[in-house]
Amino acid sequence: MSDAEQVEAMIGKVQYEEIGGFPVERGYVWTSCASVENANPLFWDDAVADEVTDGLIAPPTMLSVWFRPHHWSPGRDEQPMPLRVHFDLKERFGLPEAVMSDNTIVFHEPVRMGDRLRTRQILRSVSDPKTTKLGTGRFWVIDVEYLNQRDELVGVESYTGFGYRREETPA
Amino acid sequence: MTGRTFEAVRAGDELPELVVDVSATTIVLGALAARDWRPMHHDHDFAVNRNGTQDIFMNTPNQAAWFERFVTDWTGPTGRLGRMKFRMSGSVFPGDTMTMRATVEKVETDAVGCGWAELAVTLSVADVVATTCTVRVAVPNGKDDNPWKRRGDQWQP
Repeated sequence: MSDAEQVEAMIGKVQYEEIGGFPVERGYVWTSCASVENANPLFWDDAVADEVTDGLIAPPTMLSVWFRPHHWSPGRDEQPMPLRVHFDLKERFGLPEAVMSDNTIVFHEPVRMGDRLRTRQILRSVSDPKTTKLGTGRFWVIDVEYLNQRDELVGVESYTGFGYRREETPA
Repeated sequence: MTGRTFEAVRAGDELPELVVDVSATTIVLGALAARDWRPMHHDHDFAVNRNGTQDIFMNTPNQAAWFERFVTDWTGPTGRLGRMKFRMSGSVFPGDTMTMRATVEKVETDAVGCGWAELAVTLSVADVVATTCTVRVAVPNGKDDNPWKRRGDQWQP
């Protein structure tokens, strides 16, 4: 099977499923709100949260926060690699450089205190070879889905990446 | 709880600007709040001498949090984000003054009666756009509507 056929077989396949290292918690919500001076009462006032959102929720843009590992934890000897499908594609096609051109986040069910989220990566597309001002390579789209412990979709991040090799400069 | 309602939103409306003087503390607080421990967001020496940037710089998740705050300052707590799309072309460094601006590009009611505003948002430093972001946000469509109560097929972001 050629590289292209192997990648074609990866499209739409769920990969790298992972459960968040800790439950969604309010201390981190407050830390995030404080960092941007977000006074939205949904995150500070229990009565407002009960009325508007049926209880406390996390800011939607915190989706990816719940999956970033601690800087250190016992017994771990290497740093986990985020968005592994992206790095798999770079390696598969032999493309040493890469940039992310677009990032879209779609928000579904609210994330609630105590939720234990899980994530998974799905390759959606890979382009034929293209040449841009950066070099020659391929574009790809990767979805990162987030689900709660009830298997409800809480959000999807889509990344468009361009893996490439710089053009050789004539001597 | 009151907030901005759909009938009060028109295409062409502009949101009040948000101007923020960015310090090293702003950048570091944002990175740590996002659990982003990478040194280019807190270590000046690494950022300059290893990464080749002029200083530490604001990370993407923290920019998303700033955009969320900016938009929900305008909608009030009943505004519910549906979708955000970013394109970054520059960085935000300590000492910068960043300005967020937005215009309502479109308003629409979807097939299930949810009222949406589509916003074109920019984050600029010294009038040079560093990030563009389109945001789709739902606001109450009538006095009995609350976008946060929409579940399943009633929520189509």
